[in-house]
Amino acid sequence: MLELVLIAFAKCVFLFLAFLLGGAAILSWVERKMSAVIQDRIGPNRAAVFGFTAFGLFHPIADGIKMLFKEDFVPARADKILFFFAPVLSFVPPLLAFMAIPFGPPVAGREWLMVSDSQMGLLFLLAVASIGVYGHTLAGWSSDNKFSLMGALRTSSQLFSYEVGLTLSLLGVFMVYGTIMPQAIIGGQSELMWGWLPRWGIVTQPLGFILFMLASIAETKRAPFDLPEADSELVAGYSTEYSSMRFAMFFLSEFVGILLVSAFGAVLFLGGWNIPFLAGDAWWVVLLQVGAFLAKVGALVYLQMLVRWTVPRMRFDQVIDFGWKYLIPFGLLNLLATAVVLAVWR
Amino acid sequence: MTQERLPMPDLTCREMLLQMGPSHPAMHGTVKLDLRLDGESIVAVDTTIGFLHRGFEKMCENSTWNQCFPYADRLNYVSPAINGVGLALAIEKLLGIEIPERTKYIRVILSEIARIQDHLTAIAAAALELGGFTAMLWAVEARDYYYYMFEDVTGARVTLSYCRVGGVRNDLTPDFRQKFDHAARITEKLMVDIDRLLTRNRIFVDRMRDIGVMKAAEAIDWGFSGPCLRAAGVPYDVRKDDPYLVYDRVDFDVPIGDRGDNFDRYLVRMEEIRQSLRIIRQCFDQMPDGPVNHPDWQVTHPPKSEVYGTIEGMIAQFELVFRGPVVPPGEVFRSVEGGNGELGFYVVSDGSGRPYRLHVRPPCFAIMQALGDMLMGTMVADIIPTFDSINMIGGEIDR
Repeated sequence: MLELVLIAFAKCVFLFLAFLLGGAAILSWVERKMSAVIQDRIGPNRAAVFGFTAFGLFHPIADGIKMLFKEDFVPARADKILFFFAPVLSFVPPLLAFMAIPFGPPVAGREWLMVSDSQMGLLFLLAVASIGVYGHTLAGWSSDNKFSLMGALRTSSQLFSYEVGLTLSLLGVFMVYGTIMPQAIIGGQSELMWGWLPRWGIVTQPLGFILFMLASIAETKRAPFDLPEADSELVAGYSTEYSSMRFAMFFLSEFVGILLVSAFGAVLFLGGWNIPFLAGDAWWVVLLQVGAFLAKVGALVYLQMLVRWTVPRMRFDQVIDFGWKYLIPFGLLNLLATAVVLAVWR
Repeated sequence: MTQERLPMPDLTCREMLLQMGPSHPAMHGTVKLDLRLDGESIVAVDTTIGFLHRGFEKMCENSTWNQCFPYADRLNYVSPAINGVGLALAIEKLLGIEIPERTKYIRVILSEIARIQDHLTAIAAAALELGGFTAMLWAVEARDYYYYMFEDVTGARVTLSYCRVGGVRNDLTPDFRQKFDHAARITEKLMVDIDRLLTRNRIFVDRMRDIGVMKAAEAIDWGFSGPCLRAAGVPYDVRKDDPYLVYDRVDFDVPIGDRGDNFDRYLVRMEEIRQSLRIIRQCFDQMPDGPVNHPDWQVTHPPKSEVYGTIEGMIAQFELVFRGPVVPPGEVFRSVEGGNGELGFYVVSDGSGRPYRLHVRPPCFAIMQALGDMLMGTMVADIIPTFDSINMIGGEIDR
């Protein structure tokens, strides 16, 4: 029993430190550099260690140190307790949700590359990730600022609307592979159709993938769905009154959210750690498969960033309209079509 | 775009008062909007201006005519060159002098470059406020090449202080034409990019179409001018209807819209940039060589060799600097087509070297009055593109 706990703890620490915090920090650098390239700029290149700038890779570290030493401002009429808990509530759920993401195949009959292979599977991920909305809503509510409040209202209505669409887009995948366990879904995707086509989710559920990407961009609150923190009209939305590390937690939770939906998308639609035509349990195969998983996550992150820096922002009512009038009906349609095809097939 | 209201259940609802500005990221130029909101819908808007009041008109009364030009640059800081041209034209009209041909062309070229800068800024701002950061930086990049050109000629990027009574401070630099051709090529390329990024972008069109509508008749009643009036379908352009300098010698079109909404204003501005490039190219082809200042030393500064070499030159310089150019008593109004509308200068002289009274007719003052009407029934998020599309400039509206 103690051994199990220790192993789980070690996996958590490794996941948290190496992948999530490192990943989120690097992602903030990637975002700044990528936007710079798109916009004909140079991007961050000033932070240097002994005159060595490493393409600006030290900027996330410099940002972190700066955040730590900033004044931690709390508005006089803020609800102190909720104001304190809101960033935590928005930061922890996406971290927790990573427990259900497998980074590689089982090694030596054991899930070394996945924190918890629970029976709840991906439902756990969906359930936990949706708690994050409370963090944003409470942040806006407790700040005692009208802009924050409007940002919070926008966040909650947007996330509730798109949660439905997100879940509907996934149901098709669950039906096709007949399970909600991530490793089993990846196992299903590792098979080949007609002997040559990988049975990835993106092949069996193309519409589902598009819907998933749309809903997940809305879930991470990024352009064109970034109206909860629409910097032009709402200053900074729910995080207007936050400073110092509390702001950094919102900031990081956004990047962890991007990583989460990308990892989620990679598991469900891009075959997870699967590399077609490559199987076995040699150590280099496992290493390649972990690399493949990270590459797939990277590709989805890239896609999201490309969208972020290309399109303008939608209006609040347009976003909600889009969610209810297009995303959900198409999700239902996809579900129906999948059900019919499966019923005929089997 | 007013939406039909559903019957509300009997809930306790209150309208929310929200003060947007004066220090709010979108209220650039420092204005304050007092909003009454029902959810996110706007019930009432009250606009407060005056946060950038610096007493331009009063300062001018204590300055010689030429000393007014640096102040004038700070009126519309997005298209500063046009302000100086307008002021110079008003003073010269009162003086009744004819400026050299070359100067007329130089002023037109600078005005049109300023117009390009202004429209690029307005388009950039519209994109930025809608979250299209990329289009904004592309437009700003194109604008920067013109700033470099101004820097070459005047030594400053924004506060040019370039026009003088009866001329301009100095001639254009020899490589001005080449630099312009380079900048124009980049502008045209970036315009194509921005066009592809925004004009048929469904999100952008949805955000801009039928928002901030101002129909032609109402627009005239409010006293609109410039791109906002032309977007409503009224082909009024001071450059065509009351030509000054050499605008009657160049060939250009006045684009008009038909709906008078934000999207039409965006399209009008895009087209006006192309027309401005056309005007500048024609001006370069037609521009004669010659002096850039009026030969009368009563009005313009004598060349430095005369100042240091002859007693007449010395006295003329002294008089011009300390007393100012003598402008005959009288009053005159002269307007030019500014970046965002008809920029008018009303000048009264009592025969001394300083203005007795100088009044500016800022184009966006008239347009800003109508902001409340344009926003009525829209949503909070629509304030920003509408506010940007009228291109209010704080320095000009508050003076």
